[in-house]
Amino acid sequence: MQPNHIEALLEVADDSLVLGQRLCEWCGHAPTIEVDLSLSNLALDLIGQATLLLDYAGEREGQGRDADRLAFHRDAEAFRNSMLVEQPNGDFARTVMRHFLFAAYANPLFEALTSSPDARLAEIAAKSIKELRYHLEYATDWLERLGQGTEESHRRVAEAYDWHWRFVDDLFFDSEAWKSGAESGLWPLRAQLRPAFDETLNAGLARAGLAEPKPVWPIVGGRLGKHSEHLSSLLATMQVLPRAHPEATW
Amino acid sequence: MKDWPLWEVFVRARGGLDHRHAGSVHAPDADMALRHARDTYTRRMEGVSIWVVRSADIVASDPAKGEALFEPAASKIYRHPTFYELPEAVNHM
Repeated sequence: MQPNHIEALLEVADDSLVLGQRLCEWCGHAPTIEVDLSLSNLALDLIGQATLLLDYAGEREGQGRDADRLAFHRDAEAFRNSMLVEQPNGDFARTVMRHFLFAAYANPLFEALTSSPDARLAEIAAKSIKELRYHLEYATDWLERLGQGTEESHRRVAEAYDWHWRFVDDLFFDSEAWKSGAESGLWPLRAQLRPAFDETLNAGLARAGLAEPKPVWPIVGGRLGKHSEHLSSLLATMQVLPRAHPEATW
Repeated sequence: MKDWPLWEVFVRARGGLDHRHAGSVHAPDADMALRHARDTYTRRMEGVSIWVVRSADIVASDPAKGEALFEPAASKIYRHPTFYELPEAVNHM
């Protein structure tokens, strides 16, 4: 695996890591204990995926960095996640919409990765795809209920769609690193995943009774290390302990 | 979300075993009740199948009538199959 392939691997790992960390913020704050547990389960799935992917990236890099090192000792500009996943939780509707959009993208991606010629990556994807299928079902179920629920829930989830739509192109951005891996046959271009995403998206929107989002100027750059202001504060919370006590173990 | 109904959750631990009552969850409808049950009661591989039923749909016996319902059985010891002499060949009864 070439150095830029490792960089591309971080794009996948960091999406899971950052979204997992975001969802952890709901712990103890969700509307009900059941939803609290559901969101924590999603978070733990994502952090598990990130751990496997980051450990692998660290091994291939060969500089002695493991998942913890990569998660806790990189600054924001070294992160390769899309800007969608670092967006604040907002209300429950925003969290659900963000998760729906992410899962609609991650499902065809991980599905494709299960047949990567890189056996280790295929193995990680095979484990993760089962989790991600549930994530998509869960998010779609909530999307439908919010969309078809009350006037207020519909308004909020429509607002959430308007808000998150601008980050969808960033999710699908094909960086040079990603393109290089695609040329080597490790994974498809993200652009090739878009039709599957659109199909899932349209089906979900139809179930929820949601209209097209307001046109917005798309924002891209996450895959290049250009992030919104929100990532730094997320990382500050996530990294403060291992940075303050680098030798701590637990 | 305060008005979500309560659902009773039954989990089958392994193929061949009965579903057993695991607890209850609040959920807006049956599908979400299944999701909540999965996320609440099968996080540690406790099950291979889940049933949920609206708590309100369960018909329960009246605890106040326990005496009339259950105590008469106490004196019918002959209902236990313990008075038969088993042949040697039958083990583990």
